[in-house]
Amino acid sequence: MFFGVLLGALINLNGSGHYIHWGFIQISVANLTVILLMIVVFVVAILIPFPKRKEGDRE
Amino acid sequence: MTDIPIGAVTTEEDRATADQWTARIRRRAEAAFPPKQLLPDRQPAFMASWIYVFGVLTLVSLTWVIVTGCILAIMGPSWWHVSSTGHFVNSLHLWSVECFFFFMVIHLWGKFFMAAWRGKRRLTWATGVVSFLVSVAAAFTGYLTQQNFDSQWISTQAKDGINSTGAGAFWNVLNFGQMLMWHIVLLPIGVTIIAGLHILMVRRRGIVPPFDVSPKKAPAPEVTTSTGEAAA
Repeated sequence: MFFGVLLGALINLNGSGHYIHWGFIQISVANLTVILLMIVVFVVAILIPFPKRKEGDRE
Repeated sequence: MTDIPIGAVTTEEDRATADQWTARIRRRAEAAFPPKQLLPDRQPAFMASWIYVFGVLTLVSLTWVIVTGCILAIMGPSWWHVSSTGHFVNSLHLWSVECFFFFMVIHLWGKFFMAAWRGKRRLTWATGVVSFLVSVAAAFTGYLTQQNFDSQWISTQAKDGINSTGAGAFWNVLNFGQMLMWHIVLLPIGVTIIAGLHILMVRRRGIVPPFDVSPKKAPAPEVTTSTGEAAA
């Protein structure tokens, strides 16, 4: 309940959706946000090194 | 790998049961999927990258989708529309689907730029594509069966598109009962079977190596454990 109120205070989800128009392209801000987030996660997944155990940690 | 063809008759017992279809299927399955290959404890060193994590994240999300969907099916609409616990499980079902597609698209991008169909892995790629398309249909029918104004809007908008293809004659998006049955029976079975085949193909052919690691020319890659530890 607390987190729901907190999120609701940050982002108002009760109103009508917002859309971006660019020529024949029309996309909601919510969908655009998800697509941009996927691109960011994709790039970060490639760039961030995968953790490896140190030699001394071997069993 | 040995040069013995998959499912070949090699022992006395095999010869005795050579004409039995159950024995033939068993031998082929054992040859194609040895237990150590089916459930490996080591992976190539090039897999130590976050981009290889998104396939299993997609699978975890799919598991959550199925588990929460089963709970919703057991309890029924009067539960998920009214009680706070029902709302919670309904939301879990929605958000696990969101995570499923989020991770699956990143998995798809990663495999596309790796050209993951290389090295006799065309069927692995094809089953992944079909799984993605069936998942879209499953999610679509889920939106149609929310029983709210959103589902009414989506179904009335979609009917013209579906009808223009001719499929509306037998696949009516305005038919709530039909869409619900597709959503909770046929499409989940389809996604599960195709995703299962996809995983079997991954285990059969292995993970596609990077472009600069040729399985024929390059030396055998260093192996790591499932936790990313380099093997001695």
